[in-house]
Order: sequence, then structure tokens, then C-alpha cells
Amino acid sequence: MLAFIIRRLLQSVLVMVAVGFIAFSLFNFVGDPVSLMLPPEATQSDRDEVRKSLGLDEPFYVQFGKFVGNAVQGNFGISLRLGRPVSQLLIERLPATLELAMTAAVIGLLVGIPVGVYTALRRNSILAKSLLTGSLIGVSLPNFLIGIFLILIFAVWLGLLPSFGRGDVTKIGLWTTGLLTVTGLKALVLPAITLGLYPVTLIMRLVRSEMMEVLRTDYIKFARARGLSNNAVHFGHALKNTLVPVITITGLQLGGLIAFAIITETVFQWPGMGLLFIQAVQFADIPVMAAYLCLIGLIFVLINLTVDMLYYTVDPRLRISGSAAGGH
Amino acid sequence: MSTNAAPLLQVKNLRIEFPTRRGTLVAVDDISFDIAPGEVLGVVGESGAGKSLTGAAVIGLLEPPGRIAAGEILLNGRRIDNLPFEEMRKIRGREIGAIFQDPLTSLNPLYTVGRQITETIRTHLDVSETEARDRAISLLQEVGIPAAEKRIDAYPHQFSGGMRQRVVISLALAAQPKLIIADEPTTALDVSIQAQIITLLKKLGREHGTAVMLVTHDMGVIAETADRVAVMYAGRIAEIGPVAEVIHSPQHPYTVGLMGAIPSVGDNNERLAQIEGSMPRLTAIPKGCAFNPRCTRVKDVPNGRCTTERPNLLPAGKTQAACWLHATDVTVDANKTKVPA
Repeated sequence: MLAFIIRRLLQSVLVMVAVGFIAFSLFNFVGDPVSLMLPPEATQSDRDEVRKSLGLDEPFYVQFGKFVGNAVQGNFGISLRLGRPVSQLLIERLPATLELAMTAAVIGLLVGIPVGVYTALRRNSILAKSLLTGSLIGVSLPNFLIGIFLILIFAVWLGLLPSFGRGDVTKIGLWTTGLLTVTGLKALVLPAITLGLYPVTLIMRLVRSEMMEVLRTDYIKFARARGLSNNAVHFGHALKNTLVPVITITGLQLGGLIAFAIITETVFQWPGMGLLFIQAVQFADIPVMAAYLCLIGLIFVLINLTVDMLYYTVDPRLRISGSAAGGH
Repeated sequence: MSTNAAPLLQVKNLRIEFPTRRGTLVAVDDISFDIAPGEVLGVVGESGAGKSLTGAAVIGLLEPPGRIAAGEILLNGRRIDNLPFEEMRKIRGREIGAIFQDPLTSLNPLYTVGRQITETIRTHLDVSETEARDRAISLLQEVGIPAAEKRIDAYPHQFSGGMRQRVVISLALAAQPKLIIADEPTTALDVSIQAQIITLLKKLGREHGTAVMLVTHDMGVIAETADRVAVMYAGRIAEIGPVAEVIHSPQHPYTVGLMGAIPSVGDNNERLAQIEGSMPRLTAIPKGCAFNPRCTRVKDVPNGRCTTERPNLLPAGKTQAACWLHATDVTVDANKTKVPA
């Protein structure tokens, strides 16, 4: 187990170095920062001076080393647009995005798993068939369209929920949360549903197909032959065996939800990292873009690591190495 | 064994159908047999002869769209083939246990064997968790798992194939059923392990007074284990009788061919004996006796009866065979049927 963790950690570090490299390249490929910073009438000697003061005259690997050194300490420089440290901006925006993504993931699991199980067990019922057809809509409709529809119905026509923003937030240390106020919770509903619809349909379809696969296995037949109740067979034996792929997909989805909350955040003007990123792109605010890239990379790596750890708790075959069963 | 005792299991005129788009397939056609308490009935036949389906029907686990179209199944005189799901569930494991072919896939990989055994015990018997665990340990000891009190907390993948089949047997016995359906219990195992498992099944059957319906295509297993044997062909019983009689003086030409096809070490024949042709597909079962296209004795029955009329089980020697050679209303030299092998 320990060796496994260490190996995975080393792999994670490699992935992060690669992500850092790509983020670093942004600075070089998106444009020359010196010409961005200096007025057009600056002389060549002015340019050289600025270049030297920024350390841009140094060899590539020294620059990259400095970038990584700074990034590890959370220092990504100053936002060109807002003139404030990038890390500070991200820390302000991170809670909003994480709360939104987590809520969407929880919706995905709480709705997706039961509906998936239902459609697998009662696969010939009309409700199961219509749920399955309906899920196609969730998979195929783009996020922003769903968001706009929801705003139209619940904010414009019914006036029940706010159409933008995060409502009132409470500050707990560095973290600002919208989960403790009524307006915060109300503001969360529409964006969370918009963002959660895709994981709902994905998890539901995944659970359904895995469940149907597992229900055909010998050990389920044998569990029935032992006279176990339907509940024990379905939920004790079958569902648990479907969980490994569900954990993987949900984990990857969570990373995706955080990374691609961009669109939902834009539609609902949700003050999260995605919105910050979109604005940064429009402004060619490279430090923000680079930092966002690194942060998303880090989140993906951490989630994958957690998912791998979770396998260990679910599947005993991974937990105990050197098993007796080999060579079959 | 006493065949005079009231039968534990009675299967009467069982017919299993599979509705398909191209019409209804009859997988098991009008078969009847009894199993006495404590008796081991071997059911033997080629793949697709309907033997596993018969076992699945008895335990009420036919996979849809397969269904029992006609006939009755009685356990201790009580009809069980038309019970509501919940009633039948209580019989499964409690009164009829099951052992499946592949021990590697019969156990849930995510739970310890102990959990799976205690779960089965507590489903059927009103005992506490600790009592169930004690029972599980003694069951594992009984099926020959060494250091059972430790191994009970192991996961299925930590056992070898033979050991897993022992665990499966202990699961089948967990609630002390009176009948066990063993569907190819040794087919997936090494030959050296097969003998151990068969010996174990036999021993446990005797000690617990459990009857066994042993489904297999392995005549050797039947010869070692069974009291009586039913030979199935194309969804019908071709011959049924005491195991020694069926093996040494088979009465149905199919059984004759089957026994003749078993190679023995003493034989010096270059070629293995075989029955010409293959079993008909369910979509094309011939009229009359299903075996007639492959049968070498068709011409010995007058009036081409084999190709027109289906034979029922008829008394033949010390067994019963579904063959017109044994019909009493026609004059056939029945002696000619005695083992030409």
C-alpha cells in the first residue's frame, strides 16, 4: 500500500511538472510580455533593460526553474488586468467554484445512482424507458442552453430563484461560503442543477449498464440460489460491484465539473474561477491563465489519487497483494 | 438408498419453452423423474440436452424468456413450480441448495467468505450473528478448509479453485437443505481436485441425508457418485435407471453409444468410438424419436415407427428407456439390444 502511494505520488509530481511546463510556455508563445508592458515608442535599450530586470534574458531552463519554484510557493505573479496577486484572486474565487462543483456532483450521485439502479432493475417499465430516453437529452443538450432555459422558467417566468450571482456569503477564515444563507442557497440551485444534469445522466446510464452486467454474473445467480432477499441481492451484492467504475467516472467528472464550470459560471455570472478565467482570456491575462491551468491540473491529479485510494477500500482484490488466486 | 420411500422431489411432465421471434423453442420436452430422500440422481447428456435447464427449473431460477410451459414440480408432495416469488425464495437455500459450475465466479469477490456464509444462514435461520459465524466456521471445517477460523475472514480470491468450490458447497449446505442441485460441480476444476470434490459431495450427502441432483456430462463422475442416472437427449430423457445397470447394460441405443464412446486404458483401438452426427438443434428436432437420424437400430423397429411416433419411457431390462425396441406391442427381438458394445 505504502509503495503504491509513493509510486502514485511520484507520477503525480511528473504530471504536475508537465502541466507547469505547458503553463510556463503560455508566457512565451502567447506574446512577448516585454512589448506588452512597454509603450510602442520604447527604445531597444529600454527593452533590453526590462528584459534583464524580469530575468527574461536568462536561459530557458533557468526561467522554468524559477517559475516552478515560485509556483510551488503559490506565487504566480500579478494579474495584468486587475493588478493584484494571482494567487490571491484564485483563493477568493476557489470556494465559489468548489461549492458549485461539489453540489453538482452530489446531485449527480444522489439522483444518478438510484435512478440508474431503478432503470436496471425495472428495465421494461414505462418509467424506466422514459427516464432512459430523457437522459439522452441531458447528455446531448449543451450546458448553457439548459442554464438559459432554467433562468427563463424559474427566474423570469416564475420569479422563484435568482438568475445570477451567489447571494449573500459568509466568511469563514479564508473560505467564503454561500451555503449558510437563504439567498446563497437559492442562488446555488439553478447553477448546480445546470452543472449537475450531465453527471446525473452519465452516472445513471453508467450505473444502469454496470448493474445489468453484474446481474448476469454467476455470483448473483448463486446469491439468488441461496435464497437471499431481492434487496440483499440487488443492493448488497450487485450495487457494490458496480461501484468501482462509478467511483472512477464520478472522480473524473468532479475534476471536469470544476474545470468546465466555466460555461455555467458565465451563464449565471457565478463569481468563481471559471468566470475569472474567461475574463482573463479576453484580456490575455497570462499569469491568471497559467495559474488557473496549474490549479486545475493539481485538482485533477489530487482527485485521481483519491479515486485510486478509494478502489482500495472497495475492492479487496487490490487491497491484499500476493493472493492465492493466480494463473487462472 | 431406498426407492420405496416417498419421493423428495417429483418432476412430472416438465416442459420448458423459450419463446423467440422465430417461434417457440422447446428446450425440455415432457420429462418426469423422482428423487428419493438421500438419493443421488445423476443427470447426464451432451451440451444443450436440457439438463442444466431442468436443474434451474427445479430451483425456480429459469432465466427469462425461458419458462415452464407445462408439468409440475413437487417437493415433499408440495407443488413448487407455481409459487409466488417470495415463497420460492424461502425454499431456495433452505430446502433446495445449489452448486454451480464455476467456483471462481460463484462467489462475490467483494465480501469475505464468512460474510457470505453467515448471510445465507441468517436469511433462513433465526440465529444471532455470533451463532451464524460459529456455524460458518464448522461448515468450513466440514468441507475441509484448513484453519477455518482464520480463513473465514479471507476473500474468495485468496482461495484456490478447489478450495473455492468447497466454500460454495458449504454455502449450499448452510441452511441444511434436503436437496442440492449440483450443476457441473467439477467441470471447471483440475482432474485431481475433481475426485476430492466428488468424494466430499458424496460424504456430505450421506452424513446430512441430503439428496443430490448431479448434472454433468462426465460419465465418470456419475459412475462414482450417483445411485441412479437419467440420460438426457435433445430435451428428453432417453433412459433412466440404477447407475450400474445403465452403465453395464444400457437399453437405449443412445446410451449404448455413449457408454461405447468412453475410452478405457485397456483398449488398443486406434480410433475413439463415437456416435455419428450430432444432437439436433432445438429448431430442428426430428419427428418421432429425436435420436432416430443417428440411431443404428431404426431398421429393427417395424413400420418406421421411430420416425413417426415419439416413444415414452418403457420398461427395459432393469432400467427404463424411451425406445420402440422395448415396446411390447410389437415383436422385436429385444435381446438384440443387450449391449452390442
